[in-house]
Amino acid sequence: MPVISYIDAVTQALQEEMQRDEKVFVLGEDVGVRGGVFRATDGLYKEFGAERVIDTPLTESAIAGVAIGASVYGMRPVAEMQFADFIMPAYNQIVSEAAKMRYRSNNTWYCPLVIRAPYGGGVHGALYHSQSVEKLFAGVPGLKIVMPSTPYDVKGLLKSAIRDEDPVLFLEHKRCYRLIKGEVPTEDYTVPIGEAEVKREGDDVTVISYGLTLHFALKAAEELEKEGISVHVLDLRTIIPLDKEAILEATVKTGKVLIVHEDNLTGGFGGEVSALISENAFFELDAPIRRLAGPDVPAMPYSPPLEKEFMLNPEKVKTAIRELAEF
Amino acid sequence: MGSEESVMETSRHEALGLSDDQVLEMYRTMLLARKIDERMWLLNRAGKIPFVISCQGQEATQVGAAFALDREKDWLCPYYRDLGMMLVFGQTAKDQMLSAFARAEEPNSAGRQMPGHYGDKRFRVISGSSPVTTQLLHAVGVALAGKMEKKDFVSLTSFGEGSSNQGDFHEGLNFAGVHNLPVIFMCENNKYAISVPIEKQLAGGSVAARGQGYGMPGISVDGNDPLEVYEAVRDAAARARKGEGPTLIEATAYRLVPHSSDDDDRTYREMGEVEEARKKDSLVQFKKYLEDVGILSTESGAELEREIGHIVDEATEYAEQAPYPDPSETYTHVYAE
Repeated sequence: MPVISYIDAVTQALQEEMQRDEKVFVLGEDVGVRGGVFRATDGLYKEFGAERVIDTPLTESAIAGVAIGASVYGMRPVAEMQFADFIMPAYNQIVSEAAKMRYRSNNTWYCPLVIRAPYGGGVHGALYHSQSVEKLFAGVPGLKIVMPSTPYDVKGLLKSAIRDEDPVLFLEHKRCYRLIKGEVPTEDYTVPIGEAEVKREGDDVTVISYGLTLHFALKAAEELEKEGISVHVLDLRTIIPLDKEAILEATVKTGKVLIVHEDNLTGGFGGEVSALISENAFFELDAPIRRLAGPDVPAMPYSPPLEKEFMLNPEKVKTAIRELAEF
Repeated sequence: MGSEESVMETSRHEALGLSDDQVLEMYRTMLLARKIDERMWLLNRAGKIPFVISCQGQEATQVGAAFALDREKDWLCPYYRDLGMMLVFGQTAKDQMLSAFARAEEPNSAGRQMPGHYGDKRFRVISGSSPVTTQLLHAVGVALAGKMEKKDFVSLTSFGEGSSNQGDFHEGLNFAGVHNLPVIFMCENNKYAISVPIEKQLAGGSVAARGQGYGMPGISVDGNDPLEVYEAVRDAAARARKGEGPTLIEATAYRLVPHSSDDDDRTYREMGEVEEARKKDSLVQFKKYLEDVGILSTESGAELEREIGHIVDEATEYAEQAPYPDPSETYTHVYAE
């Protein structure tokens, strides 16, 4: 199986889906001739032309709103927000329109569209090229939110998202783009939306995470094995719809749960996971649920020591796991 | 040449290629919209329905525009006042009353949305929301899809003049202009955005003039004249179908009633101003036109009013008796099932 990078998995999924279905098209800022500022749409313009790889004006609300209109008509648009930080002007279209279209029309109109957005820090992106935005959308029924961590999941989930009948927010951690590589089959496959995956089996502490911090958890687990701490790692992969059974199973496995995400602690998705466990598996717990998350400051600063302080890393995850293990 | 001695002179509607039957149907639809709307206010004041948002004063614009489109293939992204447009495209008085009473059978949303939030797949009307101007971008998206699929339909989206200040207006016009899309942007300027008059809404004083900045014609028409609106929309649709791109139309009329049943317009405008506007009411003016050209008589006009009265009565009675949605419907259709 070929080994490819996380961003190549994005490109391959887009390319193969566009080859498979003529209704699939891409739109966004710089996605065409330039192939995207991260090169996620590299080569698509050459293969599919300006009509299906559309360089839009610099207008996030229109990128989302036009994609909504086209999807309601019956197309399969994949809209790119250049950075998740810039999704805010499109918030009204995504939340008031895309998420509610099916419900408000009593199932007669719906929006099969994907909105891709690179999120997350650790790339010297400062306040406005580093944010995690999932908590802003997680409480909006009608949307699906996918946050893969590996190239295999990226490709399989992006294909599922494009084929899905509802709007999917597909959040790609930009630090993962070239850092994370993995085996990806050449033949067509999909990964179902709404299914978490155990990425490592263990007995002492369960870590629940997604995106870049999932890799920090795996790294921490590998190192802690040498100390005799066995870590169970669950990758949520999709946060809406949430794989509740997998979370509860992973909780029961060890009785100690650490939830890790880069989004801010307060209002972050970890609170939802924690509440789910408390309500459904309280008597399975051997320690209080622990959350490790981005600090409650407005966004990630630019200067390296400040960025480093904000970011999580394997060391911080290791410390938190160790504390839980010793509880 | 005076009109008295020129009986052979072509009438305005004939010059537009409209038959006597067609203009009579336009008037009939305008009148139906008005009567439905008036009945809703009565029902609201009687405590029978929670909310009304009106088309009154804008019927000519809505009906004239919709008549100029192809009702078999064109798409609509209307806003919450477009009752007249919906009736032309195929919804009925019964549909409106079912919506007013929030009944399960209501076609826009099965009672999920407030009245006026139109959406009807049968007639290619995309469901709308309450945050204004969002629908413009959907119309642009439909037009983009049509162009990609090499179809020859147009999409028409309508909105108030207040909406011409929203970002989505500017983003939508610009996107359609850049990609030369078959969209008609029709502003129904009724001179008020709830309480705020156009003087406080529109720098430059004109919505139509904003078209120039986005590389499209910006056309001003009398929104009280259904024939003038018809002509402008017909021409815009022809341009769009020929691949000549979008058009912005500003049809100016007047909102004859408060913003909604929860508003009191006496708190921000003189009632004398409303009375003046009523003299230019399209229903009065168009009726006179039809009488002048001999299409409508006092008798046939009265008969039409009676007929429409019956339709509205029947629709009201039907809707009032119709069942509400089952509470379990609260949980359906969040996602594909």
